[in-house]
Order: sequence, then C-alpha cells, then structure tokens
Amino acid sequence: MADTAFASVPHEPGAAKPDAILIADGVTRRFGGLTAVSVDHFEVQRNTITALIGPNGAGKSTFFNLLTGFDQAQEGEGVFNGKPLRGVPSAKVARAGMVRTFQLTKALSRMTVIENMRLGAQEQPGENLLRAFAPPLWKAREREITEQAHDLLHRFKLYEKRDDYAGSLSGGQRKLLEMARALMSKPTMVMLDEPMAGVNPALTESLLDHIVELKEDGMTVLFVEHDMHMVRRISDWVVVMAEGKIIAEGPAGTVMSNPAVQDAYLGAHHDTDLSELSLEDDA
Amino acid sequence: MDILFDVLRTAIAPSTAAFALAAIGLNFHFGLTGLLNMGQAGFMLLGMYGFAISIQQGWPIWLAVIVGLVAAALFALLLGWPTLKLRGDYLAIVTIAAAEMVRFLGRSQSLKDLTGASSGIRGSDYKAPFEELSPFPDSIVEIGPFSMHGSRSSSWWLTLVTWALVFVCAGLFWRLANSPWGRVLKGVREDEDAVRSLGKNVYSYKMQALIIGGVIGALGGITWSLGNSVQPDSMGRPTTFWLWTLLLLGGAATVFGPLLGSILFWSSLTLVKSLASAFIPSDVLAPTELEPFSLVLVGVTLMLLVVFRPQGVLGNKKELAF
Repeated sequence: MADTAFASVPHEPGAAKPDAILIADGVTRRFGGLTAVSVDHFEVQRNTITALIGPNGAGKSTFFNLLTGFDQAQEGEGVFNGKPLRGVPSAKVARAGMVRTFQLTKALSRMTVIENMRLGAQEQPGENLLRAFAPPLWKAREREITEQAHDLLHRFKLYEKRDDYAGSLSGGQRKLLEMARALMSKPTMVMLDEPMAGVNPALTESLLDHIVELKEDGMTVLFVEHDMHMVRRISDWVVVMAEGKIIAEGPAGTVMSNPAVQDAYLGAHHDTDLSELSLEDDA
Repeated sequence: MDILFDVLRTAIAPSTAAFALAAIGLNFHFGLTGLLNMGQAGFMLLGMYGFAISIQQGWPIWLAVIVGLVAAALFALLLGWPTLKLRGDYLAIVTIAAAEMVRFLGRSQSLKDLTGASSGIRGSDYKAPFEELSPFPDSIVEIGPFSMHGSRSSSWWLTLVTWALVFVCAGLFWRLANSPWGRVLKGVREDEDAVRSLGKNVYSYKMQALIIGGVIGALGGITWSLGNSVQPDSMGRPTTFWLWTLLLLGGAATVFGPLLGSILFWSSLTLVKSLASAFIPSDVLAPTELEPFSLVLVGVTLMLLVVFRPQGVLGNKKELAF
C-alpha cells in the first residue's frame, strides 16, 4: 500500500504527497544569529511511516518541536489534518490528534503506570475542577479509560506492572509506557522523537513491531531516529535534514545512496585524498 | 503533668489548626502540583487584612470572609499570571518577594487608617461579630483538664470552628487529589511537558492550584487572626518556613500530613520549651533564651527527620520525598 501511495511522488526535497496529513511551508526558526530550521516545504503522507533523519545538529528535534507546538517558528505555516498550526499551543495540537513522545523519556515517575495511562486519555469530565467534586459525573468515563488502558498495557506487555511506580521501570519499558500513554488519546498521528534511544536490543524488535502496528491501525507515524537499521526496516519514506534544510527525500534504499546525503553525513571531502587537501592548502 | 497538659493544649489550640489550614493550602501548591510557593504567609496576611478591614467598615461577617478569600485569589492570579509560564524556581522567588511586599504595604504609614501600619489592627476592633455567633457561654469553660474562654479570642468556639474548617479542607484535598483533576496536577508536578504533550492546558491547571491553595491559606490567616491580632510582622518569612517545615514533617501530598505536621511541630516546640524551663537552671539559660533555644532544638530534630525519613511521618517515599 505504501508503495502505491508513493509511486507518483518524485524523490526530491519538499515533494508533494497525494494525501498529505501534515504540511509545513516556509518554516524558519532562528536562535539569535543561528538559523536552526529553514524548511521550504514538507509533507507527510497519511497512514504511512515517515522517518526524519540527519546528522547531529541538523535541526530535526527543533523541527519536531515546531510541528508539535512546543516551540514557535518566526516564519512559516503548518497545516495538520486541515487545521492550521501557526501559534497553536502544544496542548491543542495534541487534542487535535497529533501526539508526540520525547527523546528523553518523560514517564511520570512518581505516578503509577496505570495513572500514567489514564492521564493520556481525552474527554475525562473529571479533569474539570468543578466536576471533579462529583464522582458520578466522571466515574463511568474513568471505567472506560481504565479498560482502554488495560488493553494497551496487555499489548505493550506492561499489564503486570500497572500498579508499580513508573520510576521503577527500565529505560525500555518507559519508552513503551510513553508510547502506550500517547495512544490513550486515540491520535491520528504519532510523532516519535528517537524511539530507540537507550532501548536494549531485546526490546528493539517488539518496539519496531508496535510502530508497524500503529500504521496497521490507521495512524500516521513520523519519527526522528539515528538507528539506520530501524529506519530501513520500518519506514515507507525517509526525509533527510542537514543544517536546518531538507536535502533529500525518498524510500530508504535510494535516499542513502544519494550523494547529497552522504556528503551531509560524512562531510563533502570524505572521498578526497588527504594529500590532495594539503596540496590545495599550499597552493 | 502540667507539661503534658501544656503540650496537649498546644496540640488542640486554634493557632495550631490555623497553621494546619495554611499548610493544606501549601499542600495543594507543593504536594499536588509541585509549585514552590515561598510566600504562603502573604496569602494568610491578605486574608487577615481583607477580613479585619471589612469588619471595621461595618460589613457583615460572611462578606468579610469573602473579601479576605477574594483578596487571596486575586493575589494568586496576579502572581501566577507572569510566573506560571516559567519553571519552578521563578515562582519561589516571586512569591517570597510578593509576600514581603504585602507585609511592607501593611506596615507602611500611608495606609495607616486601614491597616494600622506597623502596630496592626487590635483584636477588639474586628473580633466581636465572630464572637457574637458563639453558642458557648461568655466565660471560662472547663472541659476535662483544659480550661479556655467559651467565646473570646482563643476560645472553645474558635477551636471548634477552626478544626472543623481543617477537616473540611482536608476532605476537599482528599476529594480533589483523588479525582482526574488531581491526577493532571500530579502529572504537572512530575513533568509539565509530558502533560502538555497529552493535551492538557498546564498553565490553567497550575493557576487553579495556586488560587485554591492561596484561598485556603487566607482562611488559615483569618482563623489565626481571630485568636491573635492582625500584625504584619507576625506573618513574615518565618511563618512561611514553618509552614513548609510542618508540611514536610507531616508528609507532603498526604491528606492528614499538614494536620499531623502542625500538631507535632507546635507541641514539640511547647514540650522543649517547658522541659527547658523546668530542668535547666536560669543562670545557664535565661528565660529570654528559651524560645530561640527550643527553636534550635526543633530545627535539629527536623534536620534528622529529613535525613532519616525524607517523606515525612505519613508520606510515601516513592511518591514524594525531600
């Protein structure tokens, strides 16, 4: 299915997609004199897994923050699922159906696993101060939420841990919990910031399976990752950033052989002989 | 035996209950939401001024209480508006400064007609409407080993009302802390960004917590002033630090922590003071040195507590420890 979706899409930066769920246009973020992100055009195809890769300092995480409302761009427009993103705070972006996870996992460590999960749910009337006083107004929804949480915990193999404090989980389990918690809101798009960072190899496979399952369930996934093995295995489309710009797009296989990408990762002079370099300097 | 009665009398005193109230407010801030409010005394003082000044204007007592509470709510709005967007420590700095500003405003000569400047407002100027509501006789009443005035100042009537308020507010804390609303606050305490990423308006939740805790603090201030007098300097920084101490002593984020903390803190202070005056000869420790000496001893005890039981007496070490 992914192949057909991308069949007509040219392998070039900023390529238009047939059914884009997320579109960013002319996004610029400067920190003082440094332009961290300067993306002309960017689209994410609905119901696919898109990887955002690039060398350190390429602006991937900053771009991620801009898309999810955790940071605001100086210029540019974004559209998610038909709704404009400009100036929209992060909480509203999440309520619109675009939920993110963090590079440094943010499990709420002094709350139990099940409470972490319940917090992810939307439309709990008891989260309103006045309604919180009257349990009959929110107990029914609380039961639904708990049931949904139990299902997800079974799926992510955390059910046995449901009454433990999240702080007692291992790093990999926290990643799983964070992903499961994000799913509590029944999002249409999931943004994963380095989902594999700090996860031990035994858990990697199951984490990859979970991400593929998200797509099977109809969600769109955009993830930032350094692990090329993972990018090749699960992504339908790869977007490469360097120095704040998108420099290449395409399926994993073709994008890695793109000379611009190799230059970005290895430096423009990576196949130049050292002796030639020193001769140039002398000249 | 006398010492024991002194200690018990302190334990049930209205001032002890008033501090428990203010600490419950602080528990909403720190225990639930993780807000570092270092100016709880300012909220108490605003409640006291709002109440006492309204009574002096001849307004009915219910309106005076509301004025005191609204003053604290507005103060919370004003404080939180710029600072809640920032991270924790900034709120600590702003609240300690703002509480001092309230105190200095109270002391200033320009408002002498309203606040009585540094000499404050005498109890007799605002306590009458409350004391008239008392169902107790207008004389000394003995219940068991304790004798207190029925209605005047630090009376049985005030004891009853203040402790009733403490239990109402503790119940309020229990209800809210165990609701989905409280769950969001606990999430904010752990990590704001995570809660934001789950679609909650963190700013609004922090503001709600700041206001509720501040209003309960003001209620503590009003009840405290009914047993004492409105005196700006009695609500300075030490008051805030005592509140923190007794909250952490009892156990933050627990329902009964503030109550137990307040009782333990004030009775141990009385105990140390009484024992010292009974057993240490006055040429070793002059009577004027008793108070500082007992504060030092209580301070040392608290340091030991933080070292050996950082979650307080009732607290859960996994949930919140200092």
